[in-house]
Amino acid sequence: MLNKVNREIPDDILKDKNYKPFETTEIGNPETTYVAHNVKVTQGDDKLVDSIPDVIAKTGLKNGMTISFHHHFREGDFVFNMVMQEIINEGFQDLTLAPSSLTNVMNDMVIKAIKAGTISHITSSGMRGSLGDFISHGGLKDPVVLRSHGNRARSIENGDIKIDVAFLGVPNADAVGNANAIHGDAVFGSMGYSLMDAKYADKVVLLTDTIMPYPNTPASIKQTQVDYVVKVPKVGDPDKIGSGATRFTKDPKELKIAEMVNQVITHSPYFKDGFSFQTGSGGAALAVSRYLRKSMIQKNIKASFALGGITKPTVDLLEEGLVDKILDVQDFDKGAAASMANNENQQEIDSSWYADPYNKGAAVNQLDVCILSALEIDTKFNVNVMTGSDGVLRGAIGGHQDAANAKLTIISAPLVRGRIATVVPDVTTVVTPGDSIDVLVTEVGIAINPKRKDLIAALKNVPGVPVYTIEELQKRAEAIVGKPEKLQFTDRPVALIEYRDGSLIDTVYQVKD
Amino acid sequence: MERLRRTMMFVPGNNPAMIKDAGIYGADSIMFDLEDSVSLTEKDTARMLVFEALQNVDYGNSELVVRINGLDTDMGKADIYAMVKAGVEVIRLPKTETPEDVVETEKVIEEAEKYFGIEVGRTHMMAAIESAGGVLNAPAIAKASDRLIGIALGAEDYVTMMKTRRYPDGAELSFARNMILHGARAAGIAAFDTVYSDVDNTEGFNHEVEIIHELGFDGKSVINPRQIPLVNAIYAPTEKEIRNAKDVLNAIEEAHKKGSGVISLRGKMVDKPVVARAQRTMALAKASHLVDEEGNIYAE
Repeated sequence: MLNKVNREIPDDILKDKNYKPFETTEIGNPETTYVAHNVKVTQGDDKLVDSIPDVIAKTGLKNGMTISFHHHFREGDFVFNMVMQEIINEGFQDLTLAPSSLTNVMNDMVIKAIKAGTISHITSSGMRGSLGDFISHGGLKDPVVLRSHGNRARSIENGDIKIDVAFLGVPNADAVGNANAIHGDAVFGSMGYSLMDAKYADKVVLLTDTIMPYPNTPASIKQTQVDYVVKVPKVGDPDKIGSGATRFTKDPKELKIAEMVNQVITHSPYFKDGFSFQTGSGGAALAVSRYLRKSMIQKNIKASFALGGITKPTVDLLEEGLVDKILDVQDFDKGAAASMANNENQQEIDSSWYADPYNKGAAVNQLDVCILSALEIDTKFNVNVMTGSDGVLRGAIGGHQDAANAKLTIISAPLVRGRIATVVPDVTTVVTPGDSIDVLVTEVGIAINPKRKDLIAALKNVPGVPVYTIEELQKRAEAIVGKPEKLQFTDRPVALIEYRDGSLIDTVYQVKD
Repeated sequence: MERLRRTMMFVPGNNPAMIKDAGIYGADSIMFDLEDSVSLTEKDTARMLVFEALQNVDYGNSELVVRINGLDTDMGKADIYAMVKAGVEVIRLPKTETPEDVVETEKVIEEAEKYFGIEVGRTHMMAAIESAGGVLNAPAIAKASDRLIGIALGAEDYVTMMKTRRYPDGAELSFARNMILHGARAAGIAAFDTVYSDVDNTEGFNHEVEIIHELGFDGKSVINPRQIPLVNAIYAPTEKEIRNAKDVLNAIEEAHKKGSGVISLRGKMVDKPVVARAQRTMALAKASHLVDEEGNIYAE
């Protein structure tokens, strides 16, 4: 059947996997029941385990179970490969892999585990590179389930993801499992995503290279949650966890887009004292914070909070007093991670607090302005951040669907990238529905979602910000790069894109070679 | 009224990405280069790229200029024919030494216009002056053809020839700048200053723009889009200048309504140059987004 964003959803998937088709971005006030997890009571003795094989044995891991990891170490992660290799070695079969996301450094090991039959199901926020390619070419029998960070929190709480064993790498821990990510060699700042695993997994294993004296405070993950602690030689490569010193882009096109994004924000009704924002990472996003800073000083406006994945420029705004608080689920660079240790106004939040649609109110519900990126955006304002122009998986939902609920959601994207149009008649894959997108900013001008009459009125006469319809921008992109041939897919689904409420918004099919 | 030419952005003719995006930065003029920035092996490619771009890419209100290879090379004529056919607004001569250089180029342009059945005279010209001889001939060069819209200083070759280099205070260019400016003004055409190649030195760039703005240049050649807002900021009139210009233009309108010939404002006579300056101020104010289309100052 066709869902509300006009995507054909196979009936057998709806039936077999008990899915509802995507209906609306409105969550409403449904009632839900959270699942409880199993607890093996201990007095805290003998949690320290010598080796990964020993700890796997102690957790009682069995074929068919669900294991989880976090991706806070990003491209500097050593833990995933260490643990996964051991699980393959021991011949486990038919496991479900449910990490918060998969980074490139994990790709080869995941492929190996799939080929060995160790992993037969995957749910993740995204996948890229060789793994995306492998899955898109039919490497895994069961379709991968792709969920936003908020949706993963929801799924863990209500049992859609039931984690049997969580293997969580941490930069430090004491012998009973108190851990944080603000001290040690491999600091990554906020433990945001992994806090859900620590809270809901039946068995929680911490892996660390630094054992601290008891009690190791401040503790983000607490001894009450942890079954075992394993000392390993090294959990991560500090240089690859987060980018080093943040350098502002010098790319004139990115700067042009960033300047226009800032114009849109500052001419919107939301730019007033006490407003809130989320900018994300990436060149243009970082440049926006620079322009925004200038405008805030000029107009004497301060923000009440900044949300989401945090970068050094945002932390600088906090220190300058232009932002009162940071709600921090993840840190993208060393500066942001280091600041978490020193500034009590930079609050670590878990992904439920950040973005969960099924709790008693998440931070994204309080958000005024959000800047997001796009691989593609179509004339219905639907956004794709998952599949490339070749139809292959090469992205991550991240917090995209969640943060798009901000009062003003801006997509910043170039009209074309190389010879590929970004603004298209129909996106390859709908990840975030156009209903939650308000303004598209490109280097040639902006397009405003027609249902936002208020924004159309507010932004129609901003100097240096030409307003087009999104159809005009699409035509302009087409005039530059032409019309591409239609992508060829088989009829075999390789990935299911969930909306944040767990309904099915789109299906990704195996690419034809 | 004469169009604004605060910035002329150089775009290498062999760089498709830059050619595609050249229109988004609000340069008053865009100059596609077929000459020095293109290596010998890529001359044909660049000519074809620019030929296609001129006809297919939307460059908004920017004036489109192409710097051709000199007629003393075997590319010069082909460049002219291709650009005339593509409908370029301005052909820029490199390394102009004498008025005859301009006349010869004009001949080829006219041939090309006739060959393609294009209205004769439609293709404008500008001349870049890059040598001591050229500087001394600037007044004659500026008057060599009715097609000329301006002359420009190209300082890189010039300073080498003068046995000096670029300095922050610009003393080494003072004579050349003044010759070119006077030549241009005497001929009633535009004067463009040379490029500033240290793109990360904002302070040095601003200083140089202030010098040429003070002298009276129409604008500056830029090699990076990031330099455009810097030039525009220096060329933007102050609020006081805008208010004064509006008063002048209002006074004229009033006088015209009354049928009065002599116009005065606050006791001073408003004559033609004052009006021209007021018009230019308003044009600059509009281009700098300081006033709206009706000339009303944007509320702060």
